[in-house]
Formats: sequence, C-alpha cells, structure tokens
Amino acid sequence: MSEAAIRVENLRKIYTIGEREAGMRAALRSLVRRRTREVAAVSGISFRVAPGEIVGFLGPNGAGKTTTLKMLSGLLYPTSGTVDVLGHDPWRRDKAYLRQITLVMGQRNQLGWDIPTLDSLELNRAIYGIPQAEYRRTLDELTELLDLDPLLRKPVRNLSLGERMKCETAAALLHRPRVLFLDEPTLGLDVTAQRRIRAFIAEYNRRYEATVLLTSHYMADVEALCRRVIVIHHGQLLFDGELADLVSRFSPHKTVVVELEDEGADLRPYGEVVAREGGRATLRVPKAETASVTGRILANLAVIDLTVEDPPIEEVIEQVFNQDAGQEGGREAEQPAAVLA
Amino acid sequence: MNRLLDAYRAYFKTQIATQLQYRAALVIWLIGLVLEPVIYLVVWTTVARSSGGEVGGYDAGGFAAYFIVLMLVNHLTFTWIFWEYEWRIRQGMFSPLLLRPIHPIHKDLADNVTYKLITLIVMVPATVALALAFRPALQPPAWAVAAFLPALALAFALRFILEWTLAMAAFWVTRVAAINQMYFIALLFLSGRLAPLELFPAWIRALAATLPFRWMIAFPVELLLGRLSPADALIGFAAQAAWILLSLGLLAVVWRAGIRRYSAVGA
Repeated sequence: MSEAAIRVENLRKIYTIGEREAGMRAALRSLVRRRTREVAAVSGISFRVAPGEIVGFLGPNGAGKTTTLKMLSGLLYPTSGTVDVLGHDPWRRDKAYLRQITLVMGQRNQLGWDIPTLDSLELNRAIYGIPQAEYRRTLDELTELLDLDPLLRKPVRNLSLGERMKCETAAALLHRPRVLFLDEPTLGLDVTAQRRIRAFIAEYNRRYEATVLLTSHYMADVEALCRRVIVIHHGQLLFDGELADLVSRFSPHKTVVVELEDEGADLRPYGEVVAREGGRATLRVPKAETASVTGRILANLAVIDLTVEDPPIEEVIEQVFNQDAGQEGGREAEQPAAVLA
Repeated sequence: MNRLLDAYRAYFKTQIATQLQYRAALVIWLIGLVLEPVIYLVVWTTVARSSGGEVGGYDAGGFAAYFIVLMLVNHLTFTWIFWEYEWRIRQGMFSPLLLRPIHPIHKDLADNVTYKLITLIVMVPATVALALAFRPALQPPAWAVAAFLPALALAFALRFILEWTLAMAAFWVTRVAAINQMYFIALLFLSGRLAPLELFPAWIRALAATLPFRWMIAFPVELLLGRLSPADALIGFAAQAAWILLSLGLLAVVWRAGIRRYSAVGA
C-alpha cells in the first residue's frame, strides 16, 4: 500500500460559524458581539486508496463527505492532518496537480450556459494545454462512450438535466485526469441516465486505470461500481472495507423467505413477519439465531422452499447511519487496514 | 506562454459567442454608458452659456469634446468585476474556477477585452452621432494623439487590476455593495467623470492626483484634448506605472489572503 494514489492521515476540518438566536434583540446584540461556534465537519479520518481503485464514500448528509472531497481536490485546506494525492499537497493547487485531477460536484456547471458544449470543451482543451491530436482522440472516445454526438452543438441551456450531466462529465474528463473525485455524479438523473454515467465511470476507470472516489446516495451506483466502501458519519470513519463485509458486519438481521404448504401456519414464534402473501412469507431473524430458526421451521412446518438472504443494502446503510458515531463504529474505524489487507 | 495565448484565444472565442447571445442586454448597457456623459454634457454646456460662454477654461465645444472623449475612455476602461466576484462567491461559482490550472484573472481580462471590442461596433457610431450633435472642439497636437493610446492602455490596466483587487473583499464580506458604493462615489468625483477636474477646488484636484483616480480616466482624456504639456504627460505616465505596480503587489497579497480565507471557511 506504499504506492497509494490517495493518502489521508488524521484529517480534520473545523469550521467556525457565526450563530445567534432568532429575533430582533438577538440580531441587535450580534451587531456588537458576534458569537461563534466551532463545528467539526471532519474529525480525524485516515484512509488510503490504491491507484486504479474505485472507492465508494458513503455517509448521510452532513457527514463530511463533500468537505473531505474538497480538501482532497485543494479547495479547502485542512485544520490538521495530512493529505497526499499523487505526491501533491492538494491545497497548494499546483498546476501540475490540477491537470491530473477532476472534481465533479452534482450539478455545479463548468459548461458555459449560452454556448454549445463543444465550445466549452475547446476552452478546456486550451486551458489544460491538451495537444490537438490527443484532444481529438479523447473527444471521439467520450462522444462514443457517452453518446454525445447529438448534444455537442446545442447551447447548454437547451439540454435536459441528464444530457447536461453527460456533457459536464465529458468536460470534467477531457484532460484525462488520473484521480476522479465524484460528488453525487448521478444526482437527479433518471434510471437510464444513471446507468449510462455509471457504465461510463466503470469504463473510464478500466481504460485509464484512474483512481475514483465517489459519493452517491444511490446504492445502485455503489453496488455497480465499488467493491470497497468507506463510511463516515459525524466526520468520523465508521467502516472501511468491502461492501459485502459492510452488510454482514452492520446488519444484525438476516432475511428468511419461506414458502409453506399451509397458508395459515403461524410464523410469529420464529421471527418478525415482514411480509406475507398466501403461503409465502418474509421473516426478519436476528443473525445469531438464523441457523436455529431455520432448523425449527424445517422441522416443524411443511416447507416448499426456504432461502436466507442478506437484507437490502439500503437497509443496512440506513442502520449504519442511524447509529451514533463513536459507539460500535469507533472500533471499526481503528482497524481499516486489517479489513483492507 | 504559448499555452496562455492559446487559452486567451479560446476565452475570446467563447466570450464572443456568449456576448452575441445577449444583443438586447448589450444595447441597454450601452445606452447607460452613453447617457451618463450626455447628461453631464448638457448640464455643463448650459452652465457655460449662462456664465458668459466659459467655465474653468471650457466652452461649449470644450465640454462637448471632454465628455465625448470621456465616454470612450470610461467605456474602454470600466469593469464589472465587483458584481461578478460577489455573485461568484455567493453562488459557489468560484470553486470551478479554482480547480482549473489557470489563474481566474485571465478569464476576466479576456471577457472584459472581448466585451469592449464587440461593443465598439455600437460605440463608434454613437460617438460620431454625438460629435455631429454637439460639435466638439478637439485639436490635439500630434504627440498627444500618439501618447493617448498608451495612456488609455495603462488606464485600463490600472483600473482593471485595482478593481479586481478591491472586488476580492467579497471573500471576507458577504455583501460588498457598501464597499463598492464608496469606491464608485470616489471614482465619480475624483476621476473626472462628473466634471473636468480643473473645475474642482485645488484640494480635490490634489487628492485626485495623489490617489489613483485621476490616472484611470481624466489623464487620457485631458491628454487627447491637448490640455497637458509634455511634462504633464510624463508625470502622468509615471503615476500610472507606479500605481499599476503598487496595485499588482496588492493584488498578489490580497489574492493569497483571500484564497486562504475562502479555503478556510468552506469553498
């Protein structure tokens, strides 16, 4: 892991924000004396990402994901801790560094609103100093991968959101960055457009061995792209490891789906009945009891079919987010290296 | 260097395409720019007539020449960077600029120059129409005409650099309108926009010459009107150069501090 593309150690970011009570009196008082409060957006996280890896960066709103991505891309400087991306200190924003990275933030546009995308791409070519031949080649590839051909010559303001995001993505990747910070790259897109962007990110990663750190609220993005996920909450690292491990570690339940001959059989003694339709029932069973419960069901009831599944990933994530940082998660955070190894 | 020139060429191209989308807005902006000096011109010509044909060495033709040249100089040197900066920072549009491997000032400079060049298409006929209507008295010596262009270029550079620097107040203050207002009032009185500086009391003239304002607008205007001696012209160039250097130094310092501030409080 010595050749990490991204190395983050003990990273902290504390914002000082002004605050005051509501109302006229408080407003007047704040004219004389401003009260400020310190808020830790990121409080001491460490992780490494290997070159060519795609890592999902998960957490509820306000967990510190965007703050971290901004520190990694050089827009924010850390309160303490160290960040190293491709051997650069991001906050110095060396031109050599900026030419190798990209940050896509939701719907923040870097495309000129009034001009066709092609003009904005041409501008990026000049700004990034991309040689003409390479520009042509990359543009052809992006056009093919993202199906941009019908869009490039239309003014951006006439594009739909999905079309615009495809064009934004092209503009963000024209200089073939080696590290991609993608903050909600599929936000607000319909399922087809999401799938398209997702497939594109996977293909870009494969083709250029680019390192990708991606946040998304769509679990489909994460499941499709990321074997490894990092979960942060309240600015702290809750989990760093394979997506599959996240599920087994954080979900205290298994889902047992059972199909019975006797539609009226009482399943309540075996677990929480989540759904029931005729002879088919879905039970939520504590993980530790899964074996004994299935044994009892098979022994006591006439079973046509029985399967044991992990709960859907959304449910697990929700469970992770709902717990307080520093409790069970605190222990997880101390051993990410072991999970990684 | 080649890369920078290439970037400028691309900025020019996209900016021309963008500006031409808003022809109506362009014309409305220009009406404002033309109207302001015309109002002053009418007022001062009336004052001159009622006080025996002349005020402070300017007769009707003199005022006409002054305000028509002023209109051109003001048009070619003004910037809208104050509003641009405030908008950028409030709307979070500054971060994308910071992520590009090029200083954002280049984009602003290219945008400004492009706008000036495009609007000349309207400014030139407007100037001719005003000249026909108000009959300016303009007979500058040849050396003054030659000196006018560099003086104009330096005036633009000074105004652009200084206003870009002041606009960075937006990093610290959310509403920079108050700061802008103070600057614009000083500019109105001390740059010669309201009236030729010769009409003001001596202490205001001294203030205008000590501060950068005179060198941003009045100096090239007076030069083209043939009201300055060669020695005055040299002093003017020296003042412009000194203020440009000072402003550049200030710009570098404020930029560094501004970026530090921006990246501390949350980009």
